[in-house]
Amino acid sequence: MTGVTGDATLDVTGLWKVFGPKPDRVVGTPLAALSRAELRERTGCVAAVRDISFTVAANEVFVVMGLSGSGKSTLVRCLTRLIEPTAGSVRYDGDDIREADPRRLRELRRHRFAMVFQHFGLLPHRRVIDNIGYGLEVRGVRKDERYRRAGEVLDLVGLSGYADYFPDQLSGGMQQRVGLGRALAVDPEILFFDEPFSALDPLIRRDMQNEVIRLHHEVGKTMVFITHDLHEALRLGDRILIMRDGAMVQVGRPDEVVGAPADDYVRDFVADVPKSHVLTIRWVMRPVRADDPLDGPELGPDVVVRDAARLVLGASSPVRVVSGGQLLGLVDDDAILRVIVVDDERRGASRAVAAGVDTAEAGAGTAETAAVEG
Amino acid sequence: MASVTATATAIRRGTGRVRRSWLIVGTLVAWVLLWIPLRGHDTLPLPVAQLRPLHQRLNDLNVYIGNHRASSPFFTGFVNVIRSGIADLTTFLQSLISQPSYDRPVPVVGWLGVVALAVLVGYVLANLRMAVLAGVGFACFGLLGVWQESMDTLAATLAAVLICLLIGLPLGVWMGLSRAVERTLTPVLDFMQAMPTFVYLAPLTLFFLIGPASAVIATFVYAVPPVIRITAHGIRGVPESALESSRSLGATGWQSLRTVRLPMARRTIVLGINQTTMCALSMVTIAALIGAPGLGQVVVHALETLDVGTAFNAGLGIVIMAIVLDRVTTAASVRVEQGYRRGVGAAGLGGSLGGRLSRRAGRRLLLAGLGVLAVVAVYLSYTFVWAAVFPASDSGGLLGSGVVRGINAVDHWVQLHLNSVTDGIKNVASYGLINPLQSLIADSPWYLTCAVVVAICLAVAGPRTLPVTAICLALLIGSGVWQDAMVTLSATLLATVMVMVLGVVFGVWMGRSDRVDRVLRPVLDAAQVMPAFVYLVPFLGLFGTSRFTAIVAAVVFAAPVAVKLIADGVRGVPAEVVESAASSGSTAWQTIVKVQLPMARRALTLAANQGLIYVLSMVVVGGLVGGGALGYLVVAGFSQISLFGKGLAAGVAIVMLGILLDRITQGAARRGGARSGRSYWMGRTY
Ligand SMILES: Nc1ncnc2c1ncn2[C@@H]1O[C@H](COP(=O)(O)OP(=O)(O)O)[C@@H](O)[C@H]1O
Ligand SMILES: [Mg+2]
Repeated sequence: MTGVTGDATLDVTGLWKVFGPKPDRVVGTPLAALSRAELRERTGCVAAVRDISFTVAANEVFVVMGLSGSGKSTLVRCLTRLIEPTAGSVRYDGDDIREADPRRLRELRRHRFAMVFQHFGLLPHRRVIDNIGYGLEVRGVRKDERYRRAGEVLDLVGLSGYADYFPDQLSGGMQQRVGLGRALAVDPEILFFDEPFSALDPLIRRDMQNEVIRLHHEVGKTMVFITHDLHEALRLGDRILIMRDGAMVQVGRPDEVVGAPADDYVRDFVADVPKSHVLTIRWVMRPVRADDPLDGPELGPDVVVRDAARLVLGASSPVRVVSGGQLLGLVDDDAILRVIVVDDERRGASRAVAAGVDTAEAGAGTAETAAVEG
Repeated sequence: MASVTATATAIRRGTGRVRRSWLIVGTLVAWVLLWIPLRGHDTLPLPVAQLRPLHQRLNDLNVYIGNHRASSPFFTGFVNVIRSGIADLTTFLQSLISQPSYDRPVPVVGWLGVVALAVLVGYVLANLRMAVLAGVGFACFGLLGVWQESMDTLAATLAAVLICLLIGLPLGVWMGLSRAVERTLTPVLDFMQAMPTFVYLAPLTLFFLIGPASAVIATFVYAVPPVIRITAHGIRGVPESALESSRSLGATGWQSLRTVRLPMARRTIVLGINQTTMCALSMVTIAALIGAPGLGQVVVHALETLDVGTAFNAGLGIVIMAIVLDRVTTAASVRVEQGYRRGVGAAGLGGSLGGRLSRRAGRRLLLAGLGVLAVVAVYLSYTFVWAAVFPASDSGGLLGSGVVRGINAVDHWVQLHLNSVTDGIKNVASYGLINPLQSLIADSPWYLTCAVVVAICLAVAGPRTLPVTAICLALLIGSGVWQDAMVTLSATLLATVMVMVLGVVFGVWMGRSDRVDRVLRPVLDAAQVMPAFVYLVPFLGLFGTSRFTAIVAAVVFAAPVAVKLIADGVRGVPAEVVESAASSGSTAWQTIVKVQLPMARRALTLAANQGLIYVLSMVVVGGLVGGGALGYLVVAGFSQISLFGKGLAAGVAIVMLGILLDRITQGAARRGGARSGRSYWMGRTY
């Protein structure tokens, strides 16, 4: 729960969503302490989201991660009240959205939020350009203005030339670009993504992730991104919230989650991650001992292990980790090698299995890229 | 895994089923044993011309209503307003295309104009092929010498369809949006659809008199359920993901309806309109009995005078009308699906931009051409007699007189030379099947028959159905036409058994072979959109007026739906189950009897249920060709004022039979683990 920079745009406290008969009787009673399974057995209710609190800063990419069924979709829908929360508060710049009346809620959705869905949710009877302009149309924007803006967004998401196509004439990745474009067209303050790339092939998924990273650089929106894929979470997230059975397990920066898993659930999750790509040298440095030579090169604590490796291994003395003129610790060959060797062993074991799949995907991916470019 | 549990339940259910079938067999044996000494006693017979007090009272009511029609506020303020409104609409349409009007000897638009409009509408709604089909079809009406009658039928059908859409579409949308409305409407629609076609004719004439208004209202009642149901289905079936994304962008409920639900349900809605149109045409022809103008009238008169040739000719007109309306509206639903692509062309990525543009321009051009042509044709047909009155319409049409003469000659020949064959078939069926069954059911004392029905109801459908059964039986006795009802019941049961035999034979055949399915299915689809009336004509020609004719016509009318239901049921048996049966060495016969039919049990019960409803709806129609009993009484009630009350009672008796049989078969279906089969409407599944 550290590292929040800037003002909190979105502030969620004590959020609950209970599906089932009479959900109100659960929150704030002893029933709330029961596990999900027990609660279902006793009351027939499913606690999809249990007591979640977090804040998202402006321009931050906040990722919510968990296995399927852990309540991610429900959570993100509660944030815009596509699903009505059972308890808790969701504040945008201090306003509690739960108190908004239907008109105000519609205004918020029209101007400040936009969402990208796992199954795209495109309107099959509308052309790409009309799908992208849909939010503006709903808002009552004039037709020529709508098309002008939609045309800009079309270029932004890399779909120039596809304006007159219908969704089912596009590949999955391109369809999701339309979904992305539709969300961007309304120029929202916050973008919500509910597993937007889960339905796509792995290589296209990588493309789309890069696309999101690029867009985040270009338009710089606040994003709440749902995924069940840890790699995606680590690539995109400034911070990551890990959910299990509706409850929050851990929130933190990627290196915090990988370096200091809160429990075995998270540890299992991150076991397969190439640590050298995520961990910063802060996580592998050791305290300074009296007999240490202090003539090694200097690095900041937030350099990723992989990037530090060459320098550390090449130097004759341990690298000094320095922040604000203060010596935090030392990193020696041993520490770096431990991380990299573990990664290598893991990769070696999985490469044999994955090799066949990879080539097949590469082929599909090339075709996909060609289609987008062409 | 799933199939293991299914088998377990099936076995558990199986033991109950065995006990139940013994109960049924025992009941039947006891019935026959008791029938021998008791036959002919307490059968509650009533000669045709005699009335019971109830019938007399209904006659009095008719007179009473007749006397107050002009004075009572209920009539002047409500019933008469509706009646004149609907009559005006129908008359207006007739004056446009069929009847002399506005001080002219001919309608406003003559044949040339109507044919040109048909072509134009065919093209606008569908494509060039449908335009040609519509033009040729309409020209055939004139060639057959039934131009005016066809246009009357068309006008009445259009009037009914218009009212159906005006009321049905909004209601369907509302039903699709609101669960509460759906819960309220569903039983009403179920009831409307379970009614045998026809029985609401009599009560309607009580209020709306015999004439086009009653006919159109009856048609409305019959034809509106499909459009409501199917529209609701389409609106409800729009994927949640599309709706959610629309909501997430701040769309209001109205915006979501307009931009997401309606466009995405468009094709389904047009299919609903197709179904409603076909139902309307079917009913308009039958409603000739209560004054619907048009081809139905011709058929009725020809049937009454045994003029097979004329009946056939008019029947041909009905068939052509059915084909044109069905094909054009079905093609329209496909077009609607592609309609929003007009800008891009359905070929999509494949088609070159130039090709798309030229196709689009071509359609525009043709559309404009046809439009101009239609305007010119309408003007000509308004101005000149040759374009208003179809050539040779006085002498029965260029082809019509030939058809009439030819068919009559064939009929004559059949009567002369095939008489021994057709009579043989008829007699075998009559003495071997119809008479014994009728004697058992109608010559049993009423209490014995009632007891048997109750026992069978308990065995087949369970105690939950008992109250309805008891009420139906009581009302059947109360209607005063018990014995006639029993005669009709025996014919209905016999016809249904034959329907089921056909259904199982062809259904299994279709279900097991893709090739057979591909060949038979379009035939069955076509057979199903044919109005009930036309089935009578050929069998009348072959067998003359007799109960057998009526039964055969009913069987042929009801068989397609049963065949398709059973075929779908057999097809629905999972392939692995069939394969595992084959791999354990079952013969084809064993697979059918031990695996496919038992697993298609639900489809079988459903087919029996739908078969019964369809057969029963032909009872009244069959009354026209010697079906006798209730059907005859209903028909007689329309034509003879003294039999009005009795006809009405006979109508009620048909409804009671319908409800009785429907409840029992539905109960059986429920026990077999089946849901209600109402999603099958005219055999298409939704
Ligand atoms: N409308 C609903 N009614 C009842 N239970 C629901 C509903 N939506 C989701 N759930 C339950 O809530 C839990 C979380 O679902 P979801 O938010 O879709 O998880 P995720 O998106 O992480 O896969 C699941 O157990 C699911 O069965
Ligand atoms: Mg989800």
